[in-house]
Amino acid sequence: MLPLIGILLVVIGFAFRINPLLVVTVAAIATGLAAHHAFVDVVSAFGKAFIDSRSVTVVWLALPVIGLLERAGLKERARTVISRMRAATTGRLLLAYLAVRQITSALGLTSLGGHPQMVRPLLAPMAEGAAENRYGELDEKTRNLIRAHAAATDNVGLFFGEDIFIAIGSLLLIRSFLEQSGIRVEPTSLAAWSIPTAAAAFVVHGIRLLLLDRRLDRTLDRMPACTLET
Amino acid sequence: MIGVEFVYILMGLMMAGIAVVNLRDRSSPKRFNNAAFWGLYAVTFIAGPHLPNFVDGLIVIAMVAIMAIGKLRGAPPESATREEREASARRFGNWLFVPALTIPGVALLGTFGFKYLTIHGAPLIDPKQSTLIALGVATVVALVVGMILIRPPIRAPIIEARRLMDAVSWAAVLPQMLAALGTMFVLSGIGPIVAGLVDRWIPLNTPFSAVFAYAVGMALFTAIMGNAFAAFPVMTAGIGLPLIVHRFGGDVVIMAAVGMLSGYTGTLITPMAANFNIVPAALLELPDQNGVIKVQVPTAFFLLAANITIMYLFVYHR
Repeated sequence: MLPLIGILLVVIGFAFRINPLLVVTVAAIATGLAAHHAFVDVVSAFGKAFIDSRSVTVVWLALPVIGLLERAGLKERARTVISRMRAATTGRLLLAYLAVRQITSALGLTSLGGHPQMVRPLLAPMAEGAAENRYGELDEKTRNLIRAHAAATDNVGLFFGEDIFIAIGSLLLIRSFLEQSGIRVEPTSLAAWSIPTAAAAFVVHGIRLLLLDRRLDRTLDRMPACTLET
Repeated sequence: MIGVEFVYILMGLMMAGIAVVNLRDRSSPKRFNNAAFWGLYAVTFIAGPHLPNFVDGLIVIAMVAIMAIGKLRGAPPESATREEREASARRFGNWLFVPALTIPGVALLGTFGFKYLTIHGAPLIDPKQSTLIALGVATVVALVVGMILIRPPIRAPIIEARRLMDAVSWAAVLPQMLAALGTMFVLSGIGPIVAGLVDRWIPLNTPFSAVFAYAVGMALFTAIMGNAFAAFPVMTAGIGLPLIVHRFGGDVVIMAAVGMLSGYTGTLITPMAANFNIVPAALLELPDQNGVIKVQVPTAFFLLAANITIMYLFVYHR
């Protein structure tokens, strides 16, 4: 029971909004010590796990070029492009991205999206631009809401698309785990049974994106040029 | 053979560059803290595998101490004004998208094409890590394309990388720290403890209650661990296989596939899945670190309900 102290610390830490990096570090060391490992072993295991998981942060390598392009006006250009598409609303744009992200992930092309290389420089400015088109300059709260939706749409598209691809890590994990229990399963059938949930994800999240459009329409005043359309 | 260490050395060099830019920035009141934080991070990338694990652990703890005690400074001001950026956007037009789309383009090409690059029959690039190496190569190619197109001062990329990295700040390191926490959970036997608690306290005597407990358990345990991969073996060994498959005769494929996706709904609601939830909030400069999670909660809730329904409808009738 004592090692559960780590989970307790994490829950308390996040609830009280203590810096997550500090909370997680303390929780990891506390968990190890509570399980009666020696301090040197705990710190060593901790250091090894940190080094072994360097791969999660490789996307940061995109920052020099993304930053350079931002300085040269990439976000501004993305907004201009979207402003030329009159039918584009924030919700419809994100819905189209959701579909593309799910389909490409299902084909194993998960690196086509992602927060540093796609959401920050392209998707979020376009989603904001589509709203600015209709409602003019956005207040800070609306801007942040739209940005959060852009990030969320990338996540939902990735999570509920990638499992349809037969060589993705999660299916390989399922397969090797079941094999240890003496059960053989085919990756193709696992992938096939991921399709119903993928469809549900598209419907649920898609409806929410269209509801986002309605919410923006309700809370913001349309620019005069746009009230004539629709 | 070019392995993944090549990509990590690039990462280390970039972090070292960011540390130097911070150190030279006399306008920053916290320049020594930021420089030490990113400098130590650079050491973990370049020298990490060659140092004793204990030293690596101490370096990481030192980074956290610098952040917690000394504090880090956030993003410096933009290096170009809005007017300058708009003028530049007009000048370059849609060419600006070319370097940005080079990243996914080259990453794809590399993922599929690296296996054809051989020297005397041996692969030039480690085939097991081709996706990661392709991503690393793609960012370098995109940077070269961007430099040729825009022709900025040679220092510009690292100065801009520093601006973005300082905006993300400590959140950049959080995904790796969470992986370390997950390892510690496994090492200390958290999984069996949780599975034991579920078995003892929740009555699972009907086919539906087994499905419900398995799917909800996957979501909650994923939320705790921050990763469905960590939850899957625990919940499947604890509830999935013994109850859904063995006692009630359910189909193992449907259980496993939909069970994993139930775990993903947990990923949507937890700050523990930092690289999907906390990092983008920092990257998009949202004032609320849970801003992305809040937007995802309704989707996660309905999808968990959908998963329970799908599993219950099909797992016992195939």
